[in-house]
Amino acid sequence: MCLAVPAKIIKINDRTAVAETLGVKKEIDISLVPAVRIGDFVLIHAGFAIQIIEKEDAVSIQNYLKEYLDGQKH
Amino acid sequence: MDKSIEKLISSLKSNKLVNKINIMEVCGTHTMAISRYGLRQLIPETINLISGPGCPVCVTPAVDVDQVLEIMKQYDVSLFTFGDMLRVPGTGSSLYLKKAEGRDINICYSPIDSLDYARKNPDRKVIFLAIGFETTVPLTAVIVKRAYLEKITNFYIFNTHKLIPEALELLANDKEIKINAFLCPGHVSAIIGSEPYGFLADKYGIPCVISGFEPEDILQSIAMIQEQIKKKTPEIEIQYNRVVRKEGNPSAVKLIYEIFDKSDSAWRGLGNIPGSGLKLKEKFSGFDARIRFPVKITRSVEPAGCECGNVLKGIKKPFECRLFSKTCRPESPVGPCMVSSEGSCAAYYKYERELRNIKF
Repeated sequence: MCLAVPAKIIKINDRTAVAETLGVKKEIDISLVPAVRIGDFVLIHAGFAIQIIEKEDAVSIQNYLKEYLDGQKH
Repeated sequence: MDKSIEKLISSLKSNKLVNKINIMEVCGTHTMAISRYGLRQLIPETINLISGPGCPVCVTPAVDVDQVLEIMKQYDVSLFTFGDMLRVPGTGSSLYLKKAEGRDINICYSPIDSLDYARKNPDRKVIFLAIGFETTVPLTAVIVKRAYLEKITNFYIFNTHKLIPEALELLANDKEIKINAFLCPGHVSAIIGSEPYGFLADKYGIPCVISGFEPEDILQSIAMIQEQIKKKTPEIEIQYNRVVRKEGNPSAVKLIYEIFDKSDSAWRGLGNIPGSGLKLKEKFSGFDARIRFPVKITRSVEPAGCECGNVLKGIKKPFECRLFSKTCRPESPVGPCMVSSEGSCAAYYKYERELRNIKF
């Protein structure tokens, strides 16, 4: 349940946004992060952004994810 | 990360304490990470990592599982649930088996899916199985509030949400397992911040570190705990400051308590913990599936030999359960700790079962 993924907000539509992580775009709910803006990085849990995070932190988490996913392929 | 894993381990060993310490993690994702990265085998022998009740699926008591199963048996409803709950054994059945019998049971990635379905299918009664700690509670709060504002009348939640800090207090008081420190959950804390844990340091003198999920995060957090114990300065520290702020996410917390009040809650293995659960406020009680779909449970039993309760409390390690890897395996789970992707037994089975002869 603690699984959460970092993503970049690329478009905002009222209470949802389009977020992108590792090349994948997904629509997410942003009701819990009312201050979010385009270009911000967020942590996503079960389709909701739950926290706004710094870019370098999002990138470092994404790198771990990518490493893990690449490892899974082998 | 500043240090490599080697440096962190070497630093842990050179700063190790004289006395053995028990550090409990209370987050299923930490349990999995510790097992997956072999951290138990890398840290000094003076540190005993204990897996606690960090998996919401695992701590949901049998009677709740049975209640959902009975609702699915007696009523024609559409259930939406996170995937983990599907194979949790109830008394004589599971949601997986009910689905095979033709009941309308759907796995959802997001709670939003359940409300969307209710909106699009007004002739169906839709229940969202609302399970999870504070990471997930705000999500349920959002959909309940939305359903209320849109006057959606065919949507309900079966609420089994639980709160972490109150459970930690019970564990802090437990004389059987002497906990010297807590590794606090990363994403629960992203919501609630660090302040709700304050009493653990202030009242109980127990160091707490809110940790991230990478091996470096967990090792660094253990080092921070060691340091606190050495200096006898228990406090609540945030190692996972990439994501966790002291104040957490105040919007999310505010929304939780707009929709819910605290209540007592029964935890598998720990019993009833006052104030550790949530109940819908009166205004939203129309969304309560337990009220709308009453059922009578005549019999709710833990499977014979199942030690999930003791494992969740940290009294026993998974391989100290006689059923572990014999009759209880991921493909044939007896208890929830083996089913859940964040269950202690599932973690130990996947990554550590060959090590059971090693004394920890």
